[in-house]
Amino acid sequence: MHWFQHLIAPGFFQSTEVQVALIIGSAVAITSAVVGVFVILRGQAFLGHALGDVGSTGAAGAALVGIQAIWGFLTGGLVAGTAVDILSRRSREREVTTGVVLSAMLGLSALFIYLITQVSSTTGVTQEILFGSIFAVNRHLVVPMMGLSCVALFLIAFIYRPLLLSTISLETAQSRGVRVRLVSLIFLFAMTMAVEQSALVMGALLSTALLIGPAATAIRHTRRLGYTMLMAAGLALLDTWLGIMLAYNSFYWPPTGRGWPVSFFIVTVMVLSYILSQLIPQPQSKRAQ
Amino acid sequence: MTSEAAITFNQVHMAFSGHTILRELQFNIDKGAFVGVIGPNGAGKTTLIRLILGLIRPSSGTVHVFGSPVRRGKRQIGYVPQSFVADPDMPLRARDLVGLGLDGERWGFAFPNHARQQRIQDMLDRVGATRYADEPVGTLSGGERQRLLIAQALLTHPKILLLDEPLSNLDIHSGHEIIQLVAEIAHDSHVTVMFVAHDMNPLLGVMDQVLYLAQGRAVVGSVDEVILPEVLTELYGQPVEVLRINGRILVFASGEMVPLTHSESIAHGHALA
Ligand SMILES: Nc1ncnc2c1ncn2[C@@H]1O[C@H](COP(=O)(O)OP(=O)(O)O)[C@@H](O)[C@H]1O
Ligand SMILES: [Mg+2]
Repeated sequence: MHWFQHLIAPGFFQSTEVQVALIIGSAVAITSAVVGVFVILRGQAFLGHALGDVGSTGAAGAALVGIQAIWGFLTGGLVAGTAVDILSRRSREREVTTGVVLSAMLGLSALFIYLITQVSSTTGVTQEILFGSIFAVNRHLVVPMMGLSCVALFLIAFIYRPLLLSTISLETAQSRGVRVRLVSLIFLFAMTMAVEQSALVMGALLSTALLIGPAATAIRHTRRLGYTMLMAAGLALLDTWLGIMLAYNSFYWPPTGRGWPVSFFIVTVMVLSYILSQLIPQPQSKRAQ
Repeated sequence: MTSEAAITFNQVHMAFSGHTILRELQFNIDKGAFVGVIGPNGAGKTTLIRLILGLIRPSSGTVHVFGSPVRRGKRQIGYVPQSFVADPDMPLRARDLVGLGLDGERWGFAFPNHARQQRIQDMLDRVGATRYADEPVGTLSGGERQRLLIAQALLTHPKILLLDEPLSNLDIHSGHEIIQLVAEIAHDSHVTVMFVAHDMNPLLGVMDQVLYLAQGRAVVGSVDEVILPEVLTELYGQPVEVLRINGRILVFASGEMVPLTHSESIAHGHALA
């Protein structure tokens, strides 16, 4: 059992911060993984990434006025998501519209972060916005974060069939009376919740890692959507738990004993598992030739 | 008369932002008829299909299906698109794709049950897709995909089947198989078929009527009534010649070497403006 003690540093399960981190991390992992499967199938990874980035504008604004970062992230994502949806209705160029909205929001982000550094002398807030702060999360946020996860997962369950149908064939979906605009707007909301929640844990810059990584691996290794989502959720949980554990251990590591960022560990574990999964052959066709 | 008609167009005009696409469309499609909808690219074939599906409203005039005004999402109309989006990795089996035809527009999940599985399996058998029913849809060929789309459209037992250029991604052989399949099903189940194609030749043996679209106007009738130099000259508004060679029909603008209803040549600028 000696190696085990080295793997998990003393006090891991007793620490409140760790408990909060594990609960919130798990909720975020499951939500991101499930939503992420549809994000990849719909080819919306860029939009997902942009939603994370623009969350930083909201979070920086929230830090300036002194409210919880998660509400800032959510506001930023919802404002940008709605703007992209309204603008791309007219121009049909979703990628370009996304790029324009992203630039506008990040410009504002630059200003807010500059203002933060002027009013406070630490770099901690900026670091937390950009790269995550799971051990610093207020434990009163556990309930709202679980609530956000439940809402996002409920929305996905609710639009599951029409979303799948319109992902595969927009025309068929329309012909069956699916209100495709409504469905894609609901999906956008679910995606925004998943991304912004993830931004709190992983930081604005890495918020799509949990969205894309586990889902991409799972898509490669399954052939039924239900299994894809289960596998993605399992992988995301594994990445998150290992990441949190290693981050906790890193409080005993150089240089300062303040701990390395959780997002670094989560992404490292994720990338390693992605590379490992590439070495495993894909399921073979059972088809008789 | 109207009670006999599956689809009725009454003085239908269709314009997009002031630009007229279809004008004075006035015709009935008989119940159980196999109709080939033929015309060059941009003639308005897809627009016609969308009018019947109720996805767009005519600028003026009316479209009726079995005597009532069209409404979106009616289960009596089945629609088969050109193709569908799927990477080879897409985690969706052929039978799951077909199953979406049963209730894909409903909110929530579909909980698997025996009756549901059986209906899907029966339809897979009907279109000859059982062999690859458990394969991921992204790994299937164009012809296999088309069979699945037909199965998907037929699951709710529609009385009308609309196919928008189902042959465009297929080689000649698979195209022929798809036409035979649709003709057979239409005959057995008394389904009215509107089959869109830019070339009428593959459909010559099976279609009861041709709906020829050009210059925003349409003529409907049997091939022998419609594919005549006089009729098409009037439709195109310029001299047109019809050549019949070895049972194939080619429609030319007089003096031009390129047939009017082959998408490749039209796409390269030989269409009548
Ligand atoms: N929603 C729309 N808005 C504007 N123009 C349209 C729209 N739908 C079709 N059109 C135009 O109508 C014409 C006919 O299009 P379509 O019905 O798709 O032709 P086809 O299917 O015969 O190739 C084209 O010129 C096309 O650009
Ligand atoms: Mg078309």
